[in-house]
Amino acid sequence: MSAIPGPHRALTASFKRELLVAARARSEFFNPLIFFLSITMFVPLGIAPDAQTLAPIAPGMIWIIALLSVLLSLDRVFQSDFEDGSLEQMVLSGQSLYWIVIAKSLAHWVLTGLPLALLSPILGVMMALPGEGYVALVVSLLFGTGSLCFIGAIGSALTVALRRGGLLLSLIIIPLYVPVLILGSSSVQTAVLGEPYLGQVALLAAIWLLSLMIAPFAAAGSIKISLGT
Amino acid sequence: MPWLALVGIVLFLVGAIWGLGFAPADSKQGNSYRIIFLHVPASFLAMAGYYVMAICGAVGLIWRMKISFMMMKSAAPIGAVLTFISLVTGSIWGKPTWGTWWEWDARITFMLILFFLYLGVWALQTSYQDRDAADKTSAILALVGTVNIPIIYKSVDWWYSLHQPATLKLTGPSSIDASMAYPLIVMIVAFYVLYTWMLLDRTRIEILERERKSRWVQAIFGQ
Repeated sequence: MSAIPGPHRALTASFKRELLVAARARSEFFNPLIFFLSITMFVPLGIAPDAQTLAPIAPGMIWIIALLSVLLSLDRVFQSDFEDGSLEQMVLSGQSLYWIVIAKSLAHWVLTGLPLALLSPILGVMMALPGEGYVALVVSLLFGTGSLCFIGAIGSALTVALRRGGLLLSLIIIPLYVPVLILGSSSVQTAVLGEPYLGQVALLAAIWLLSLMIAPFAAAGSIKISLGT
Repeated sequence: MPWLALVGIVLFLVGAIWGLGFAPADSKQGNSYRIIFLHVPASFLAMAGYYVMAICGAVGLIWRMKISFMMMKSAAPIGAVLTFISLVTGSIWGKPTWGTWWEWDARITFMLILFFLYLGVWALQTSYQDRDAADKTSAILALVGTVNIPIIYKSVDWWYSLHQPATLKLTGPSSIDASMAYPLIVMIVAFYVLYTWMLLDRTRIEILERERKSRWVQAIFGQ
């Protein structure tokens, strides 16, 4: 039996694989982004279209919509690999599942969180966000969606063996998303007021690092349990 | 364990009669403050109950003890109900004192999040057909929630102080008079005893249900 390659190889190999799978199924990549843009239309339609009403709620609204987009894309992180058996092969490969989960969550972030953060200035314009808020919006979404992807991976792994886990996944993950939403939305709000917002961004980055370290443990543990059923 | 139930009920009756009937009325809130004799113990147990649940889950995951998973499963609904009682009594208390049924105060919001955390563990537990997977996944969720509880608590606290200045002040527990504190302590002890009784009783039912095919359970029920 040949020696098992090191964890960095497992990380890069599974990361590349995730991107390749996503490149072959492009609609899955665009769906959360289209959702992100189209649900934004509801806000002026449902509340009021004038800038005076939209501007104060814009930071919170954009953050909530970004959070929902990530939430909706979560169930496919492990689902298709669970169904076609590749998740089982990954566990059997002898590689630490911890690194594979990190690779999958990072790929998920590259495919949803990163484009969401880059698209968010367009939404800012549509929601009449004042000019001071844009840098804070993009930076807070970059770190924030990173945490959302890692924390969400736990929920995705916990419900992977359930046939209809989508709604349950949202139910168990929403309370865990509270700190990220509070910090993300308030960083943009303080930036709009012209006050320093680096404190919130630093806390978001801390949550991101914490979830990067801890969430893969929980997710890897629950994948092993799900495969045992 | 009928003696445990008896002790709990006696303490509950003593505390309730003492608190509701004999403790003096508050100088500012009048008689409406008396709801603390239900509200405070329920809130205490709602918080402690989550840790009971998470520790049971951790024990089950680490030492593979079946009984601690059963205890964890029993703790989830009790904790959710206690959190609900805490929210409802707080809301009823809020109407005469603050003039509103609901206020997005940091503590209230935190209790609401705690309620959702309980519901999540409970829902995950009931959605698996496979008992082993149900136990272990909900134990992992309970543990993840435990890591998150301090972060959620701090962030909600910080959010509240950022959004609204402290316009509402509750009477701090340290500034409570002894004539009110003693019945409150009796009630808290009563809630702890009743909680223990309910937890053990539900766990016994759970054991009987899971072992219903074993000989000793069938012998008990004379089949």
